[in-house]
Amino acid sequence: MSDRDPKEEQAIAEAAAYGPMRVILAKVGYDGHDRGVKIVARTLRDAGFEVIYLGLRQTTSDIVSAAQQEDADAVGLSLHNAGHMTLAPRMVEALREAELDIPVVVGGIIPDEDIPQLLDGGVAAILTPGASSDEVVRAMRDAILASNR
Amino acid sequence: MDQEQSRAQSRKRWQTEYDRAKLRDADWETMSGVPVEPIYGNAPYPGQYPYTRGVYASMYRSRLWTMRMFAGFGTAVDTNLRFKDILRNGGGGLSTAFDMPTLMGHDSDHEWSIGEVGKCGVAVDTLADMRDLFADINLGGVSTSMTINGPANIIMAMYIANAEETGTERSRLAGTIQNDLLKEYQAQKEYIFPPRPSMRLVTDLIRFTSTEMPRWHPVSVSGYHIREAGSTAAQELAYTLANGFAYVEAAVAAGIDVDDFAPRLSFFFNSHSDFFEEIGKFRAARRIWATWMRERYGAKDERSLLCRFHTQTAGVSLTAQQPEINIARVAIQAMAGVLGGTQSLHTDAFDEAMALPTEDAARIALRTQQIVAHETGVASVADPLGGSHYVEWMTDEMERRAEAIFAHLDELGGGSILEGVFAGIDNNYFTSEIANAAYRFEQKVNAGRRIIVGVNDFTEGDSEQRDLLRIDRTVEENQLKRLSNVKHDRDNSAVRSALDELVEVAQDSTLNTMPATIKAVQSMATEGEIVEALRGVFGTYVEKATM
Repeated sequence: MSDRDPKEEQAIAEAAAYGPMRVILAKVGYDGHDRGVKIVARTLRDAGFEVIYLGLRQTTSDIVSAAQQEDADAVGLSLHNAGHMTLAPRMVEALREAELDIPVVVGGIIPDEDIPQLLDGGVAAILTPGASSDEVVRAMRDAILASNR
Repeated sequence: MDQEQSRAQSRKRWQTEYDRAKLRDADWETMSGVPVEPIYGNAPYPGQYPYTRGVYASMYRSRLWTMRMFAGFGTAVDTNLRFKDILRNGGGGLSTAFDMPTLMGHDSDHEWSIGEVGKCGVAVDTLADMRDLFADINLGGVSTSMTINGPANIIMAMYIANAEETGTERSRLAGTIQNDLLKEYQAQKEYIFPPRPSMRLVTDLIRFTSTEMPRWHPVSVSGYHIREAGSTAAQELAYTLANGFAYVEAAVAAGIDVDDFAPRLSFFFNSHSDFFEEIGKFRAARRIWATWMRERYGAKDERSLLCRFHTQTAGVSLTAQQPEINIARVAIQAMAGVLGGTQSLHTDAFDEAMALPTEDAARIALRTQQIVAHETGVASVADPLGGSHYVEWMTDEMERRAEAIFAHLDELGGGSILEGVFAGIDNNYFTSEIANAAYRFEQKVNAGRRIIVGVNDFTEGDSEQRDLLRIDRTVEENQLKRLSNVKHDRDNSAVRSALDELVEVAQDSTLNTMPATIKAVQSMATEGEIVEALRGVFGTYVEKATM
């Protein structure tokens, strides 16, 4: 007997039907804190995602073209230097302009009070310090499934 | 001479040193009035080779560690106010944090700088900002630490130019500039040029300070960022000291005598939460440095053997959940740094997991050090844990693990640690080892094998309300205005000729770039313009992305 709730069971089944999910991970701007994004990359990889980590100091147009080339299902942005209110909306906008309908998941140092505005601005999910590997996997999976419904 | 005689001699030598030292005006007794000795146990004593027990005979009885609090945000004028506040509150030294554009060698008006100006530190584009940053502070009377690496020589040039304008000769300037480029490729990732040209610039500053600035520390070899990036304690220890050996080899190869610069190399370590592991690490660092400097690099001057270090509590250990409990973490980590014999200490503020510290939180962090210094009694006795079976074993174990890593790097470099470190950067040895260690730790936390209070256990009691320091958007506007005023008022042909001269000097590796860099900042060339000119000679480093 599983101890998962039915919604979680359903999401896992949907994800299995969806097939391998391809995720682009990147850091934008000057921020060089890559401990978190590397852990997220490995966590997603170990959970069956196909992860393309672009590395540091990517521009939004680097990320858009990688997403197009790799036929990515989602973009994960790691932000630790207080630039999230500028950089995250810029990423959402760049994907929209390129007519790529894929979710942006943001991880990093994001104060609680900034979260509603980021979500309203089109960010699909936000992962903050202390997020467990389960939460990381679930946030990415659910964001991808939701954008395809 | 038998062992007993030799021990007695060590004791006598220690006593002579101790008697010669000037002591603080304090009562050397417990709070209950029990008198305590300055040292317990056996030789070698503090101040004696290999310095496992401390670099000085009298340690904190002579001088407490420097309570050096890192600060910087907004414009130079904003940070100047915080500096004066720190000096008024009994902080003994200034420590400057720069914003990301400054750290990366870009001006505030660079397209990448939008949204980043003044956020994580102070914005410094030109000499005009440096003037405001240290306005009304007597630079001959404080020691200043500047945490900057890629553009370190440019910021150093601005500091020198400003000091001389305000009447302090460069020879009287005391302080430290981080200028540790090797750990940038390994951990912090704030590099500009490729490793070898960076090493040239580091060597230029080492040479310049060894002749012109006897009180300045031209490199602070830093393990702090290596640890924050996820390394283990032993990796932090080994990579840091290996980087130190690499700087020594580079400077010696450039023809500088080891004893002409080694006394002014200093170190910077992390103090994390595993109390005894940290103390063992600090003790091992001193022993390893002394041994290698004497045995391998032939240092003769005793001061070349001393591993003197700054410590900062582990930012990465701070939790966003129940942030007040970080005060307890910081106190324990500060205690480990002090019991490990640090020369200066920065204590993190409890709210730093989410933003730069608020003024209240920064005050509590400084008060935490003052409690350790003045209430706990740990400063009365040097190396109070020396002789503990566990602490001595841990010290040996840290040394063993570090030596295994040195052996690997030495092999990688064909008998040169410098080449081994370059090779380890080129083939991602450091970055992958650090990422592996970080992932292993994270998996343990996820599996509940390691408890982080407030995160994966004991999670009740997290309050929602948080006051965070917010950097006003007007900071960016102000800084852009300041920069455009400087550019408007300066003589552009003087800037161009100063930059041309610098490029010419940079192309000849037998010349020192420092004098031409000072001229360039005096012409009011911006940091970004100087960096761009040097990129033309040195190129730009791009990291291979690996998970």
